[in-house]
Formats: sequence, C-alpha cells, structure tokens
Amino acid sequence: MSYIDSFALSLPEIILSFGAIVLMLAAAWMGDKASKAISWVSVLLLAGAGLALLGPAGSGGLGYDGLYVADPFAAFAKLLIYVGAAVAILVAPGFFNRDGEMRAEYPVLILLSAVGMGTMVSAVDLLTLYVGLELQSLAAYVLASFLRRDDRSAEAGLKYFVLGALASGILLYGISLLYGFSGTTSFVGVAAAMKASMGSGLLFGLVFVLAGLAFKISAVPFHMWTPDVYEGAPTPVTAFFASAPKVAAMALTVRVAIEAMGPATGEWRQIIIFCALASTILGAVGAIGQTNIKRLLAYSSINNVGFALFGLVAGTAYGASAVMTYMTVYIVMTLGSLICVLQMRTADGTPTEQIAALSGLSRTRPALAAAFAIFMFSLAGIPPLFGFWPKFMVFDALVRVDMWPLAMIGIATSVIGAFYYLKIVKTIYFDEPAGVLAPSRSMIEGVLIALAALFVSPLGYLMIGPLGRITQTAANALF
Amino acid sequence: MNQLGFPILSIMLAVPLVAALWCLFAPGEGEAKARSARVTALAASLIDLVLGGVLWANYEVGGARWQFIERADVFGRFSWALGIDGIALMLIVLTVFLVPLCILASWTSIQKRVPEYMAVFLLTELLMLGVFVAQDLFLFYIMFEGGLIPMYMIIGIWGGARRIYASYKFFLYTLLGSVLMLIAMLYMAQTAGTTFIPTLMTFNFSSQAQLWLFLAFFASFAVKMPMWPVHTWLPDAHVEAPTAGSVILAGVMLKLAGYGFIRFSLPMFPEASAHYMWLIFALSMIATVYTSLVALVQKDMKKLIAYSSVAHMALVTFGLFAFNRQGIEGAMMVMLGHGLVSSALFLCVGVVYDRLHTREIARYGGLATNMPAYATFFLFFTMASVGLPGLSNFPGEFLSMMGTYEISSWAAFIAVTGIITGAAYMLYLYRRICFGPQTNADAAAMPDLDKREWLVLAPLAAAVLWMGVYPESFLSPMRADVGALLERIHPAAPASDAALTVPHAAPAAAVAGER
Repeated sequence: MSYIDSFALSLPEIILSFGAIVLMLAAAWMGDKASKAISWVSVLLLAGAGLALLGPAGSGGLGYDGLYVADPFAAFAKLLIYVGAAVAILVAPGFFNRDGEMRAEYPVLILLSAVGMGTMVSAVDLLTLYVGLELQSLAAYVLASFLRRDDRSAEAGLKYFVLGALASGILLYGISLLYGFSGTTSFVGVAAAMKASMGSGLLFGLVFVLAGLAFKISAVPFHMWTPDVYEGAPTPVTAFFASAPKVAAMALTVRVAIEAMGPATGEWRQIIIFCALASTILGAVGAIGQTNIKRLLAYSSINNVGFALFGLVAGTAYGASAVMTYMTVYIVMTLGSLICVLQMRTADGTPTEQIAALSGLSRTRPALAAAFAIFMFSLAGIPPLFGFWPKFMVFDALVRVDMWPLAMIGIATSVIGAFYYLKIVKTIYFDEPAGVLAPSRSMIEGVLIALAALFVSPLGYLMIGPLGRITQTAANALF
Repeated sequence: MNQLGFPILSIMLAVPLVAALWCLFAPGEGEAKARSARVTALAASLIDLVLGGVLWANYEVGGARWQFIERADVFGRFSWALGIDGIALMLIVLTVFLVPLCILASWTSIQKRVPEYMAVFLLTELLMLGVFVAQDLFLFYIMFEGGLIPMYMIIGIWGGARRIYASYKFFLYTLLGSVLMLIAMLYMAQTAGTTFIPTLMTFNFSSQAQLWLFLAFFASFAVKMPMWPVHTWLPDAHVEAPTAGSVILAGVMLKLAGYGFIRFSLPMFPEASAHYMWLIFALSMIATVYTSLVALVQKDMKKLIAYSSVAHMALVTFGLFAFNRQGIEGAMMVMLGHGLVSSALFLCVGVVYDRLHTREIARYGGLATNMPAYATFFLFFTMASVGLPGLSNFPGEFLSMMGTYEISSWAAFIAVTGIITGAAYMLYLYRRICFGPQTNADAAAMPDLDKREWLVLAPLAAAVLWMGVYPESFLSPMRADVGALLERIHPAAPASDAALTVPHAAPAAAVAGER
C-alpha cells in the first residue's frame, strides 16, 4: 500500500491537523478578536472531517503498514467524537466571553484533541494507541486549566495532568510488558501470542493496559480525578470531557479488549465485571451527597461508564454494538445536561453550579426545567425516554450470553442511581423557587438543548432501527 | 385492520397526548390558561370515554381472541403492536370511565400549576391505556414503567405534607421491582425469538427457567399489586397524593399488576405458577388478616382506605392462583369492582377534605345531619366495599372465594375473615364520620354536595349498582379469554385439598386384590 492510500485512510485526521496548524497561526497573528471566526472554521473543519468518513476513511482497511485502520467501528466513533467536539466549541463563547477569556486557542486545542482521539479509535498498534492517547490528553490538560485566573481551573488542570501522567505510565508499562512477552506491538500479534500461550507476563501486561485505559474512561477504581476535574474545568470543557474523550477511550478499550486480547476474554472479563459493577455502584452512591451539579454529573458519568462496560463484558459483536449505542445516547444526554448547566447564571451573569440554585426552576423557566427533567429521567434510564434504550441493549447483550445473574445485579444498581437523578427533578419541580437564575440570551445553547431533548424524548425510539444497523456494522468490523 | 376500519386504539392513545401538549403549550396566561387546560383535559378524557364505549359496543363476544389489532414495525427491535382481548377491554373501559371523573374532581381542588397537572394526568391515562393495549413485550414494559414518571410528578408537586418522601418511596420501590422484570423479558425474547405477547403466551419455557422468570415478574407485580410485605409504599403514596391521584392509583394502577399476572405469569409460566401457588396464598393470607387489622386502627381516612385496598387485592391474588374459572373471573370482577368502589371512596374523602382540609377521622362526625346526600353516597359505597350483595364487589368476592375454596379450604377460610374485618373497619369508619354527635362545629357547618360533586359521584354509584345487579355485562366479554387461559394452565393445576368430586370407584380387580 502506497503512502497516498494511507493518507486517504486518515483523511479526517489530516484535515483536522492541517486545519489546526493554520488556525493556530491565524490565532497568533490576529489575536483573540478572531476567536469567533476561528471557532466557526473549526466547526466546519470537524464537519469536513466527518464528511471525509464517507470515503476510504470510513472503511478502507489497514494502512501505514498495519499501524492504523479505517473501519466502520472507527468511523462511527469518530463521528460521535466530532459531534462532541463541535458542540464544545459552539457553546464556549457564551461561557468565556463574559470574562473576556475567550481565546482563539480554545477551538484549536479541541481540534488537536480530536485528532488524538481519531488516532486512538483507529489504532491497531499499541504505539499508535499511545501516541493518539497522549495527543488527546495533552490538549485536554491545557483545556482543563483554560481559565488561567481561576484557582479551581488551575487545580483541575494540574490534577488531571499528574493523574493522567500516572495513568499513561501505567499504560506504557503494560504496553512494554505485552511487547516484551509477545515480541510485537500490533494488536493482531499480541492476540496471536495470547492464543499461543497465556503466560503471566502477558497477563500482567493485560492488567496494566486495562488499568491505564480504565483511568481514561474513569471507571472505578481509577475514577478519583473525575469529580475534581469536572468541577474545576470550565463548563464547556467539562461538556467536552464528558463526551468526546469518553467515547474515544471507550471505543479504544473495546477494540483493545476484543482485537488485541480476544483470546484472553476469560481473563479480562473478570476485570471488566469488577470495574462495571464498582462504577455503577460507586457512581450512584457517590453522587447522592453532592451539592454541586457538575460534580454530580461527574459521578453520573462514572455510573454510565459502568453500564456501558456491561456491554463489553458480553464480549460479543452484539455487546460491542450495545456499547456504541450506549455511548451515542450517553453523549447526547450528557451534553444536553451540561449545556443546561451552562444556562445556570445569576442575574449579573455569574455562573452558578449549586444544585440549590435550581430550586423551583419549573416556575421561573419551564422550558429549561422540562429539558433538565428529560435529561435526568433519561440518564436514569426510565422509559419512555430514550435513555432506557442503551441500558436495554447492554443488558440484552449480557442475557444473550447467559450472564443474566450479572444483568440482574447490574440493573438493580440502576435503582440506586435513579435516586439522585430524582433529587434533581425534585429540586426543580417540587421545591419553592429560589429565583437566582436569570433568563438566558444564548440562541445556540437553546437550539442545542432542544435538539438533545428531542433526541432523548420518546421520538428517539424511531431511530432504533437505523442506529442498531449502524452500530452493528461498526461492531462487526472488530470480529 | 379491524372491525371498525380505523386504528381506534392508536387514536385512544393519541387523544390524551395531543391534549396534554395543548395544555402545556396553549397560548394564554394565568387563570385563562388554567381554565382552558381544565376544559381541554375534560374534553380529551370524554373523547376517550366515547371511544371506549365504541370499543365495548363493537367488541365481538365470542369473536376472534385478539381484536382491533394494529401493528407497525417502527422501533426496529420491537413493534407498535396493539390489540385487546376481553380482559383488557374491561380494564380499558374502567380507565376511560375513571379519568373524566378524576379531572372533574380536581376542577377546583387543584389551584396551582393547573396546565401541568392536567397534562401529567392525561399522560398517565395514555400510559395506562398503553399497558392494556400493548401486544408487544417491550412496548408493554415501556408503558408499564413510564407510568412512574407522571405519578411521581403528581404526588411530588400536588401532594400533601410528606409528598417528597412518598414520591421517592413510590418511585424507587416500583422501579426496583420492574427492572428485574426487564431482565426476565430479555431472556424470554431471546429464548422464544419473539416479542409478540400472544405468541409468548403459548410458548413453553423449560420448567427450570419458568421458576426464575416467574420470580422476576413476581418482583414487579407484587410491588405494584401491592402484596404484603412490599405494600408499604401504597399507604404513603395514597395519603400524600391529591384526591384524583389516589383515585387513579387505586382505581387503575393497582390493576396493572393483576393484569400482568393474567397476561404474563399464569399463561407464560403455568408450572411455576402452580409451584409458587402457596407462596402467593401465604402472602395473601397474611395480607388479608394483617392489613385488615391495621386498617381498623387508622386515624387517617385515606390510610384506612389504602390498607383496605391491600386487603382487597389479596382477594385478587387468591382468585388468580386458584386455577379455576370462578377464581380467575372473580379476581377480574374484584379488580373492576374495587376500581369503582375504592375510587368512589377516595372521592368521598376528597369531598370533605376540600371543605375542611384534614383527613383525620376524629375531626368529623355526624355529617349525616348536615350533608345528607353525601352521607347517602358514602354509605352506598361503604356497603359496596363491604361486599353487600347487589353491589359491585359482591360478585367478584363471592366468585373469588368460591374458586379459592375449590383449591384450598384453608386459604378460603382465611380469605373470608377479610370480609368480616372489612365490614368492621368500613362500618366503624362510616360511623365515626357520618353518625354520632356533631362534636366539631366546623365539620357540622360544611355544605352538602354541589352539582359538580353530584356529577362525579352519581355515575360511579350507577356503575356500582349495575355491576352488582347484572355482572353478566362485564363477565361475558372475558369468558372466552378466561376459558383459553384455563385451557393453558389446566395441565399444571395443583391438586385441590378438598375432594369436591366423588372419587372414582376402585376397579373391581383392585378391590378384589385388597380382599
């Protein structure tokens, strides 16, 4: 395969990389007053990258001598990533402009992070995986501390960096073990070595790699950074963290578990079962006492990652498609609820994150309250809202491989989670108005919230057919 | 399509939805919007009532097993499959009959956030009707579970003092029950390869699987029913809910569980049903005795009626698991009768609650003097609840107990004590409220029923009388379906402890051998 063909496979990454470099130069020359134009160009670039997935980049197969793959699985994950990234760019001006902190580098960093994530989900080699992960993480560390004058933001960035570096170290150690005991860094080679003989060296490598990845998807017991980073990071960045990198890391985990460690399914399944159960339980219990909505949503994301992992536990193509369905609906719900959080501003425009500020929102701002309630019930997985469907899928995947006792336990933990989602609805609908939140002026936020709410409303059920076909095609690419 | 030529079931579901959206988004402000919401809700519920009547009139007794069938495969993995049999028909009629009364009952007692209230109420109606018409396993589940959200809102926003606690308890209790059912449904769809309920009703699951599946469904239905010991959410929910909420909760929501037993547990897991019959009977016996005694000492009117509901529901479970025609038809009749009578009793409580804003029994007394019409209605419904022959509860209770006696005389013996204690607590309640000296001046000054309250209570009284005098109208649509169910569960039916049939004479050879 010539390099031209390989380039064609990674066209989305190339578009985004070149675009990011050009925009960086533009930002350097024109300064922050160009941030609006740069934002829109970035969104266009993301759309262009998304369109490029229709070509060979969507299903062209292996490239770069087996370091990189363009298959439907990667393409679908990239699509979700670009949506998350674009939304994070679109909602940023409303948040940063007030402090005069909207800097032209913000969209550029998101683009670079998107390049990293695209590389992650297309990686079929442990080193491509690592490079993609680091590119994504480096951009994310900067984004977390984007509000330079804000202590919490700086703390979030530092915390994220230190713990992220630790996770990268663990991952790299695992990669070196896998390489040392299999003699190759390609997923296929590692799988072949595992199939030949599953020694303790490979087993340790597997454990460390999964531990590193669990950090990135913030599964328990590697979740500690999540609440602090989500709380400290600027809200648009939180929205970004909760969506795109989650999808990328989850897709990567699925690919590594199935393509590189497929023969060791019995081994990693135990680890994933523990992570999944611990995440759903701790994510639910941890959220109950929270008073800050962003911290609560951080725990909610831990909880949701746990549910998505149940799909991986099944270890089948259907399970993988369930994970992708889960992530699709999850990013819509989580982006929707975080944009709702963006709307929580007092009369003088200061953002507030206290759950108590939402009291009686249903009487002061009924539309926002209804959207909030829809997202909360949907995150809790209560039908007839669409958030029920991904939970249905992952547990269906478990039942199909006769793991129904685990499914029973898993779904019972969702009841604990329902409690704190209900708490938000209770605050919004049952409590007396606190009257601290002012009406919003942002059109874009309103439109995005409405779109997300429509997606998770019962109308979403009409998409089950197409969504099921797409995720199944994506998942089949792994097997 | 069906015998009417238009998709009547979908329309019955669409009407409340459209009306609910209109209530929420209609232009207008304040009182004008509230008034238009009330009128819209009443109109929509009346349209559904008329459609329910059309349904009943056009239902062919003795015709096809499933009628008014509709199907659209729009959800990829499951379909919008609707259709009813006689059992569902009766429960639909009950629902569409009660909802307009609920809306009338809330006409003045709900003053805050009226458009939202009416919208949520209509959505509740939509979801409950959806449960009865769904012919697809997962459509059923979505409707069944979806009902939690509007009910949570009704209790939480418009409820009494401890509404928050009650709403949480209601939601989480019932959610925990139903998620286990979901896993069982996934297993069934996987094993049987279909989500179509009529097909599943004839599918034979292995005996081992049945035992587990039954328990998973039981977890959901026992909570919803509610059966002792998972009934504790009900008194709280009833006490805190507004009057109409209590009516819909007692009148229709509790029937979802009984319907679930008839639609799922019995025909799909007949062997497991027989295996667990004693579990059901034991819980029902405890419920009958225990909740009746608890009802006897209540100081709160709504709580008393709530506990009486638990006791009545025990009669339903007795009848359902008696594995004979009398039992199952009796259980259905108890459900319908209780739907009318407990609703009426909650509405009677609502009438005095609207005037005095307390549910404490001791704050009333001697109402027969100043509210004669009210006292008459209340007495009428009290008698119906006690099971007086000629009123709605009698046929059901009688049939249900007869069916129970056929299979277990002990269970029947305990069930009958429920009737006796039932008479005790209901008559005691009535005496304390309507008879005796008028010790409370404010209670003595209450005006009698107004026109709207007459309009709410009179149709209920008529229906109660109709059901008591001519139960055949209600039994005939269900007869064939109960027959089909019996045919399905008969091979698994447990042995009766009372030898009601004369034993066959021993063959001559055996007799000779014994000599």
